[in-house]
Amino acid sequence: MTNILIIVVVFLIVITLVQLLRVGDLLSEIKNVDNNKVTDKDNNAQAFLFFMIGGVIYLALVLWQFKYWGIHILPPASSVHGETIDTLMDVTMSLIIFVFFITQPLLAWFTYRYRRTKNKAALYYPHNNKLELIWTIVPTIVLTGIILYGLSVWNNITMSDNSEATVVEVYAKQFNWTARYSGDDNTLGKADFRKVKGANVLGVNMEDPFSKDDKITNEVHLVVNKPVLLIFRSQDVIHSAFLPHFRVQMNCVPGMITQFAFTPNQTTAEMKIQEGEDFEFTLLCNKICGIAHYNMQMKFIVETQEEYDAWLASKANLSEKLLTSK
Amino acid sequence: MSEDHKETFITKYIFCQDHKMIAKQFLITGMLMGIVGMVMSLLFRLQLSNPGESFAVLEWFLGEKWAPDGVLDPNMYLALVTMHGTILVFWVLTAGLTGTFANFLIPLQIGARDMASGFLNMLSYWFFFGATIVMICSLFVESGPASAGWTVYPPLSALPEAIPGSGFGQDLWLVGMALFIVSSLLGGLNYIVTVLNLRTLGMSMMRLPLTIWALFITAIIGVLSFPVLFACALLLIFDRSFGTSFYLSDIILNGEALHNTGGSPILFEHLFWFLGHPEVYIILLPALGLVSEVISVNSRKPIFGYKAMVGALIAIAFLSFIVWGHHMFITGMDPFLGSVFTFTTLLIAIPSGVKVFNYLTTLWKASIRFTPAMLFAIGFISTFITGGLTGLVLGDSALDINVHDTYFVVGHFHIVMGISAIYGMFAGVYHWFPKMYGRMMNKKLGYIHFWITFISAYGVFFPMHFLGLAGLPRRYYTNSEFPMFDNLTDINDVITFFAIIGGLIQLIFVFNFFYSIFKGRKTVQNPWKSNTLEWTAPIERMHGNWPGEIPEVHRWAYDYSKPGAEEDFIAQNIPLKEGETEH
Repeated sequence: MTNILIIVVVFLIVITLVQLLRVGDLLSEIKNVDNNKVTDKDNNAQAFLFFMIGGVIYLALVLWQFKYWGIHILPPASSVHGETIDTLMDVTMSLIIFVFFITQPLLAWFTYRYRRTKNKAALYYPHNNKLELIWTIVPTIVLTGIILYGLSVWNNITMSDNSEATVVEVYAKQFNWTARYSGDDNTLGKADFRKVKGANVLGVNMEDPFSKDDKITNEVHLVVNKPVLLIFRSQDVIHSAFLPHFRVQMNCVPGMITQFAFTPNQTTAEMKIQEGEDFEFTLLCNKICGIAHYNMQMKFIVETQEEYDAWLASKANLSEKLLTSK
Repeated sequence: MSEDHKETFITKYIFCQDHKMIAKQFLITGMLMGIVGMVMSLLFRLQLSNPGESFAVLEWFLGEKWAPDGVLDPNMYLALVTMHGTILVFWVLTAGLTGTFANFLIPLQIGARDMASGFLNMLSYWFFFGATIVMICSLFVESGPASAGWTVYPPLSALPEAIPGSGFGQDLWLVGMALFIVSSLLGGLNYIVTVLNLRTLGMSMMRLPLTIWALFITAIIGVLSFPVLFACALLLIFDRSFGTSFYLSDIILNGEALHNTGGSPILFEHLFWFLGHPEVYIILLPALGLVSEVISVNSRKPIFGYKAMVGALIAIAFLSFIVWGHHMFITGMDPFLGSVFTFTTLLIAIPSGVKVFNYLTTLWKASIRFTPAMLFAIGFISTFITGGLTGLVLGDSALDINVHDTYFVVGHFHIVMGISAIYGMFAGVYHWFPKMYGRMMNKKLGYIHFWITFISAYGVFFPMHFLGLAGLPRRYYTNSEFPMFDNLTDINDVITFFAIIGGLIQLIFVFNFFYSIFKGRKTVQNPWKSNTLEWTAPIERMHGNWPGEIPEVHRWAYDYSKPGAEEDFIAQNIPLKEGETEH
């Protein structure tokens, strides 16, 4: 019944609109004016509107958003390389905001200033090679700077020497994460997806001597100021391991091993003081992976060496775990 | 064209070979699909701002299965996101935009009687129509439509066990895309051949209006990149149905190890984005072309730096083929390769900047006439600047690490590609409507349409940057599972509010469009006092475009307000006066 009512109401609205427009058109035909012709009055009104809405109000609201929504932006990076990313971001954002606040006001001002009134003639100005050169060369120089700066940051992040880093595997599957510590030898045992069975959830090859001291956990603990090399695998579809507070992200791809090395430089405890009691470093999935993609998380805890050692010692080796589960 | 050519209803309106009618077919199909895609976005916006709440409208649209008690099902959410993307990117902004304006404008603006092959042109539409039917059918499949995102990355898209949408829905999606690609290629080849071979006497390449340049280059990009997507889709079909392992390796689903080894999902991503990135420019370049023309006509001024504008189009098109890797910075590809893609990607800012500065200089000392088309064109410059600038963040591999796949990306590409291209399309429709239908669209409704669209588009997409900088990933059914996102509700409410307003106001446009087709005021032959050839053709639609000889061209398309002329425009077919120099 309501459906029929809605349809009837919509129909009536459309009919009313048609009739209103018809009346307007017929009236203008009688008066012999073309009401679709753009008049000086229109030009003045629309130019003013654009100046106000597309210029003043738009820019004011952009500033408003920075002021009131800026607080939602992630806190400063909690990792060494993350700080270099933040600086690069600040430089890039300053440049963007600078160009934005030059071009948008110009657009609004030209639009308003050069509106057509009293058939005023426009200036015939087809080209000027000097101007073209200026706005090709100046952006090229600025971009060269940005590119070189960006690439140096990128190279420092991706080409770092990881020989000293603690190796931890992060394993993704629909819809949770598992971690594996490489143990005293700091080398992960080999794994094969065909060996995933029972308690051996990661398919670790137990014949590999490196596997003996591997430890499987459901959260990741890291030592502050100590480099870590995260190794990623996936069991089913592509996932993406996203640690926004550390400025870390890497896809987890089935059939392929990926990695990301970084050094956390803030403990969870320090962050709790800064950001509030319920703060946690969280690992999110950031590649669409199925029905529960929106709730695939794992806790990361950054702590002191002593706390870390105590925690890791409390976890059983994989080899022992598999024995007891048999 | 033979004079005694008889048209029946079927050859005039359905299986028509006249480029003008095919353009209208593309336009109206694109508009209808646009409404479908937009409604989808409104449905999932309701869920995003009010997660888990019950809405009668959701159940009304989606039925009890996909919205039990009015609460959106998470799988349906992903399906809506996927289909919204697919429809808007391919159906509206590729076929709806290029299909309409390339078909309509190329023959009229270069002085040709029709496309090089009217028959291929007709096939192009009917392949598109077939693709549309298949895609619409996929919405009603029992296991749901494709839901692996519009980029359909395998293994998610390859395995029905991973997500229900990867069942029959995904099959139909792939078939639909295959038909779509055929349509695109038939159209594209036709546009290229027509522009190269059928220009009228005197219409040298450097006298072409920028619209034609843009559409011509778009067609070249399409012809070079769409076949790769076809191959990519074909291999996915093989993996899905015939047990091959192009993209699949080392997978366990529901506790069972699959037989596939040795494939790579990353291969799919490379193939997909080899089309996927040029696709962005397939969408954007026609809008740039239309906007250039509309700005010049309504500024009563030549477009500033015509040659630089053509050069910028070519540069953008060339670069578009060597930047696809910036979608894959964090897939684990070689960091050096990432450096190369960062370099090429950021270079695109140079030709894009040239275009913006040239538009601004065109407006400088102009005499701007504010038609609805012109407002949309100016709105285009505004969104093109706003959205283009954030590309500097996303194109930089080091910065991309933390904003990749967050709402920052969603905000960026919706503004620079979605909204800008839609503005270009609206500008085109308002501007060429008199040529298409011989009537005018209502000006006042046009103004209302522009202002509310302009305000709500920024209202929807600008705040998304802040969601992204807060670290919120895209394609999340809800952000309520993470305490760190709890205080983002106010931003989400604002976005949904403007989405609904902006969505509803499009009905004014649809209404204005159809009303004006039948009841709009009759137009004069050249209502905007424009230089290009289409306005020298008679108002009445006819096969062959010009009743007598095709006009000959003597000058470029931009002689507006030329000193020494009686009027502020000189049509392209008017010979140079004695002593008059070309621009």
